Amino acid sequence: MSTQTSLIMGAVAYDPKVVTIWDGFQKYFRARGLDFDYVLFSNYEKQVEAHVMGQLHVAWNSPLAWLQSERAAKALGRRAEAIVMRDTDIDLTSIVLVGSDSGISKLADLKGKKVAVGASDSPQAKLIPLNFLAEQGLRPDVDFTVIVFDKLVGKHGDHIGGERDAVRALVNGAADAACILDGNRLAFTREGTISASSTRVLAQTPPFDHCNFTVLDGAPAEKIARFRELLMQMSYADEEVRPLFDLERLKSWMPGRTQGYAQLAAAVDRFGTIDGFVKGVVAQCK
Amino acid sequence: MQIDVDLGSLPFSEGGHLLIKRALRSAGAGKSITVAGMSPELEIDLRSWCRDEGHALEIQTRRPDQPAQVTIVNGGAEAKRWTGAQRAGQADAAQTGGVVTHAPRRWGLAARGATVEAGSPEFDFHLVDKIEVWSDDAARLYAQAVAAQWDPKTAIPWDAKFELDDDVEDAVVQIMTYLIENETAALIIPSRFIAQLHPHFREVMQLLAVQAADEARHIDVFTRRGLMKRDHLGLSTIGGQASLKTLIDEPEFAIASFLLSVLGEGTFLSLLWFIERYAPDPVTAAVAKLAAQDEGRHVAFGIAHLTQHLNHDPSFRPHLADSVRRRHDALQHTAGLNAEVFDALVLLAAGSWDSESLRRGHQRVMELTKEMDEGRQKRLRRLGFSEAEAAELSSLHTRNFM
Repeated sequence: MSTQTSLIMGAVAYDPKVVTIWDGFQKYFRARGLDFDYVLFSNYEKQVEAHVMGQLHVAWNSPLAWLQSERAAKALGRRAEAIVMRDTDIDLTSIVLVGSDSGISKLADLKGKKVAVGASDSPQAKLIPLNFLAEQGLRPDVDFTVIVFDKLVGKHGDHIGGERDAVRALVNGAADAACILDGNRLAFTREGTISASSTRVLAQTPPFDHCNFTVLDGAPAEKIARFRELLMQMSYADEEVRPLFDLERLKSWMPGRTQGYAQLAAAVDRFGTIDGFVKGVVAQCK
Repeated sequence: MQIDVDLGSLPFSEGGHLLIKRALRSAGAGKSITVAGMSPELEIDLRSWCRDEGHALEIQTRRPDQPAQVTIVNGGAEAKRWTGAQRAGQADAAQTGGVVTHAPRRWGLAARGATVEAGSPEFDFHLVDKIEVWSDDAARLYAQAVAAQWDPKTAIPWDAKFELDDDVEDAVVQIMTYLIENETAALIIPSRFIAQLHPHFREVMQLLAVQAADEARHIDVFTRRGLMKRDHLGLSTIGGQASLKTLIDEPEFAIASFLLSVLGEGTFLSLLWFIERYAPDPVTAAVAKLAAQDEGRHVAFGIAHLTQHLNHDPSFRPHLADSVRRRHDALQHTAGLNAEVFDALVLLAAGSWDSESLRRGHQRVMELTKEMDEGRQKRLRRLGFSEAEAAELSSLHTRNFM
């Protein structure tokens, strides 16, 4: 791929609005002299492969895709950097919901119970909360049964459907607990999936971070610097930017950081979630 | 620590968020508030909500059975959202700047007087200039129109007993058929312009909507009268439809309004009062009378907004004159009023078949056309046309009346 032309970004099409968002940002970047284009993938694994293979300059990655990229890069003697993230990607938590009158009052009460989770590759609705429970001495599928609600596997839980199904399972009695992102409790209450008093929060994970723009070494430095600069200049007060921010759910871009991925790293180490994939990508590059 | 919002036992998701939003708004961007509450999920809810809203927060660790305490710093997103917002005129049209000269398409469907977020989508409204559409009389005429709405079920004596000669009944049916066709044009034209009109000109939009509703009701009652004693309606001719098509095809609001309301419906006023006067039965008299009352308002609005338009731009007057000439040229090879309608009007005015009555009926129709001509000339002069121009333009008006 020529680095003399456009800056190419990869993103995953988890929703039709993704096209509106990136068309809008493309217009914004081009108006400010950055020749920017984007490629959409149907799943993060294909995006990570393309990135590591040199077909992209930057990738809008889920936290799991960040770890996949970082580990593949490391195995290849390369370096990955998280350059920018949303303000809403910082300090998320996951929660374990139970029925208000379930009698489950402490984590140990989940022993022998059924715990509903979101998509199998969802950091917030499966990997992080199950790792959290494991760290509290509750081994998934040993001390309790895990019911997985796979929705759009490959999109790393970006689609809320898996979490909604998990909560529905809790409400209709098919599960004793459900693992979801903290903010989705309010969202599910607003939309009527759960009533405010029917559930309560049994546990909350420590904070973790979500998506980031990932760059691998060798990317065109000037274009990346300009890309980062333009992102950081975007303001919610700008009428051109604001609708795109609302769609992408942020109020401002923040400098990237990676310390918020420790819980997810521990989870994928515990469950071996991405080892095979990373090996496969590395093998393709050798 | 000072507590700015004490939610007590009120959960965040059950109304607590309103108190917090109000306090943050009151504090302003960059300022902090402290929230307390007993809800066990308060910290969790506030964490996710503040993250979404762009507020920073600091959660104090709480002991069991103690209230949560969270300090929130207003991130200023709400203030940023309204940067560059515009007030879309004033709700009261009479206030200075109430109705703007040129309504921005980005104001879209916003209520006049509302504050419109910058960057709202542009709507494809064509009629955005006050001069083209506005009349200071629109609000008054709208209020009058709403107050004058009548219910066809109760306003018309549908149960009145009457028997007419077959020929007279046929004449009434033909006239009703003709009226329906014309009122359909009079419904479609304002309806089409409503969709093109910037809603900033609210009173005009409302008035056109009532005008369309008036015509819908007229079509209803004319149809019901036509079918009272017959299974079928009468005849529709090429000439009549060709004449109305020139109205439907007119793309400019002001010109369409001039041709339809001032000249067409103005002429129709005379016709409807004529039908009411010589109606052979009480139902025909009632439908004509009620329709005429409505049409009077339509004519009044046409004259009012065109007068205002011409006061601002007298150079528009020749364009109006040209539109009449163009329409005349387009229709000169068509038949105009269909013979069946003309004959029906003569028979209606005659009341019977004896020769003296027919002569009198014919004379009355001739007087009607003269009265129509005088009415048109009078309205044209009110719009500032000279006597000679008014006479010329009136003479060129379609022979189909509308």
